Amino acid sequence: MKDLVLSLIAEGGALAGVPFSLAAPLVMVAFGALVVFGFVLPIAGITSWLERRVWARIQSRIGPNRVGPQGFLQWLADGLKNLLKEDIIPSAADKWLFSLAPYLVVVGFIATFAAVPFTSSLIIADLNIGILYITAVTGIVVVGVLMAGWSSNNKWSLLGGIRSAAQIVSYEIPAGLSVFPIVLLTGTLSMQGIIRAQGWAPWDWFFFYNPFTFAAFFVFFVAALAEGNRTPFDIPEAESELVAGFCTEYSGMRYLLFFLEEWGNLYVIGAIVTTLFLGGWQVPAFTDNPMLLAVAQFGTFFLKAYFFVFVAMWVRATLPRVRVDQLMTVCWKYMVPIAIVNMLGTAAWMLFVPETLGRLVQFGMTGLGAVVVVVFFRRVRFHLRRANLKPSDYYYSPII
Amino acid sequence: MSLGGFDVQVLRENGFATEEMTLNMGPQHPSTHGVLRFVVRADGEVMTEAVPDVGYLHRSIEKIAEKVGYHGFMPYTDRVDYVAAMPCNQGWAMVCEKLAGIEVPRRAEYCRVIACEFNRISSHLIAVGTMGMDIGAFTPFTHALREREHINDLLEELCGARLTFNYMRIGGVAWDLPPDFAEKGLAYIDRFEPLIDEYNALISFNKIYKERLINVAVITGEEAINYNLVGPNLRGSGVDFDVRRDIPYSIYPELQFDVPVGHGEEGTLGDCFDRYMVRIREIQESCKIIRQCLQQIPEGSVLAKIPRKFKPPVGDAYVRIESARGDMGWYCVSDGSEYPYRVKVRTGSFTATSIIEQVSRGLMIADLITVVASFDLVAPEIDR
Amino acid sequence: MSRERATNELWVPTGVGAVLDQYIGVLFTFVIGAVVVGVMVSASALLGGRRRTSVKDEVFECGNPSSGPARGRFSVQFYLVAILFIVFDVEVVFLYPWAIVFRELGVPGLVAMGMFLTILTIGLLYEWKRGTLVWE
Repeated sequence: MKDLVLSLIAEGGALAGVPFSLAAPLVMVAFGALVVFGFVLPIAGITSWLERRVWARIQSRIGPNRVGPQGFLQWLADGLKNLLKEDIIPSAADKWLFSLAPYLVVVGFIATFAAVPFTSSLIIADLNIGILYITAVTGIVVVGVLMAGWSSNNKWSLLGGIRSAAQIVSYEIPAGLSVFPIVLLTGTLSMQGIIRAQGWAPWDWFFFYNPFTFAAFFVFFVAALAEGNRTPFDIPEAESELVAGFCTEYSGMRYLLFFLEEWGNLYVIGAIVTTLFLGGWQVPAFTDNPMLLAVAQFGTFFLKAYFFVFVAMWVRATLPRVRVDQLMTVCWKYMVPIAIVNMLGTAAWMLFVPETLGRLVQFGMTGLGAVVVVVFFRRVRFHLRRANLKPSDYYYSPII
Repeated sequence: MSLGGFDVQVLRENGFATEEMTLNMGPQHPSTHGVLRFVVRADGEVMTEAVPDVGYLHRSIEKIAEKVGYHGFMPYTDRVDYVAAMPCNQGWAMVCEKLAGIEVPRRAEYCRVIACEFNRISSHLIAVGTMGMDIGAFTPFTHALREREHINDLLEELCGARLTFNYMRIGGVAWDLPPDFAEKGLAYIDRFEPLIDEYNALISFNKIYKERLINVAVITGEEAINYNLVGPNLRGSGVDFDVRRDIPYSIYPELQFDVPVGHGEEGTLGDCFDRYMVRIREIQESCKIIRQCLQQIPEGSVLAKIPRKFKPPVGDAYVRIESARGDMGWYCVSDGSEYPYRVKVRTGSFTATSIIEQVSRGLMIADLITVVASFDLVAPEIDR
Repeated sequence: MSRERATNELWVPTGVGAVLDQYIGVLFTFVIGAVVVGVMVSASALLGGRRRTSVKDEVFECGNPSSGPARGRFSVQFYLVAILFIVFDVEVVFLYPWAIVFRELGVPGLVAMGMFLTILTIGLLYEWKRGTLVWE
């Protein structure tokens, strides 16, 4: 971002004559506003639309297809509708905390974007404690959810809030521990630093670096899903048990804000996973044009991150939800020990495995990954053929 | 109960009691299968008791029978159990025929069995789908309902209705099978049978699904008999009893089918998973029955000669049929007039409700939903 | 694999001020997040109208009158989880500096942290054996 600022304050730039120390924060604030209004809010909305379409597709339904092409503007319609709804605060609720809870939830979620990179130069603030900062601000969401649950003075909300708190704090441990293999390897907590330590090629990603980082990826992704209250870990808002969990008493815009957080948070999960394990915005240096390179980087990062958003939707459409005791068992009895082993294993790997062998393992694991992908698609093809679908079977086809 | 290895009783005596919370689950709750209410006393997530409170869907159907007459009561029987209305139709028709000693044409008996078994499949599909939905997977529900729609299409061709059929009449059925019904029915069965594997792959043998169902709410065979469980709930506990086979009625003795019984294939005998799997297997057996019926169905009339003013002789009759929810009893007392003197319906959901209080002790709140779904309760059938 | 340290060098390195510059953006996202919620909620309050009735303002308990307030003492189990979390979360924070300088520490660093984690794991095992993780 420094280059961008320098070019802006140079002769003939938009901010010519402004001293650097003033121009830098100005650019940062302007970019921050652009990110929040031009990216975060639309991405949460679009994800909600896409999730409903993907769900519908998996469930042989059509899904929203009326507002705009393929129902694309459904999220705007939903937002408008909720804007015009009455905002009910139950008389028994704690009015202040009840009103405050959505603020904490949304602020905690939007603030994570301060450290989420977009390209090699575009990031609101490249903090030297980037990943730690993200872990920390995500914690604000827990407070908001617990506050919403408690202040509603409703037993379903309370159960949902408490469940959510127990779940999120538990899964913060394996998620936090799974970051360490990467921190050990890079020696930095900065998001951009972590990405720079990887390459564009899959074998240069930490995902395929060694078996421990490979395992750490899965622990992290599962823990992140749990922290984001996603199926199979959506017990705080389990609609078949707790009506609507912590947001039972919320209505209209405030209700929508909780879901804004949930859907937007999916992208954050994808972005963190991409940064830590999948080489972030790294692209081959195919051109000298910084603009073109930035677009390519942004596209790469976005596609990688959004792939995990899609995976989360897919998982949600496939799996049932676990029970609260099973949730805790999975966390403390399996994921925490595995995460600790991953961390120590990576440390030992760094010390004892020679460079050449490590390189071979990287290539070997990448090859293995490619084989898994090929096998997966062959399996899909096999099932499609076995199903032997006729045109009449597409009676409920979502593409109409 | 132990908390962190400490005896709760000791903790209580020392003043560390946690308060029990009283929760109303229902009547307006997403997963109480209609309007059923449970008063749950829970310590955190663990329930100390869950007392069912029935009566929110009482429509005094039995009393209505005393005012609308024998023929006129047929549409009301649809509302006893709207998820499986055909067996209710059949129960009422059979009890009237028994009162008056009417012989039903063979073709009508075949039509009845075909309709009932199609309805049994569609009812079990709902049971399987809602089981998935109640433990958090929405996809099985839509897939099950997709197949159910095809059955509804078939039954709509048969009788013009998709849910409350009003298909049967005293002495037979209202309409004969449509000309190409047999081909369509067989084509459907051929297409549907392999799909059961799909459900099994998607949910039945999913790891999380099994974790949620296995060893939850175990009911022994003896308990099941003591609490008068019927149908798949009874067979899930390993008791081999099916009205269709053991107290035969209609043309069931002439048909080849097995009675699936739970055998604790994944966990303890009589857990939620066994009850669930019995339903999956029953779907397969129903497919077999329909196939045989559609191939063997004889020609002939479908309705016996019944006077418009139907006046059975003084007396009473009780028939038992196997509805989708198990042994369903229809009792009717006639005083010789056009109107029944008393009608009583005995339903499986009602007796299954009574065991919930017993099995729910010590389970978690999420398990209560699983238990309700595993009994396949249908609220209107409880209250009638 | 190239190793690059914290990327503060991207910014003009003028001591504390340079680090604080970074946090203007962070502060700004906080402010803008709050503004987003504030605008949305107040616009909704303006446009949505408000007709309060005593029934509407009741808390939802599945259509029944509430059976008492929801703020009793809650199950101990959840507090045990919270305690477990605090123990581990503090340990995780201790690990960050170690992880960053691990390359310089070498084998002694691994041994030291191995001992630390062993003690931590013994704590987890103790909780496990005492049955804290069992919900019954």
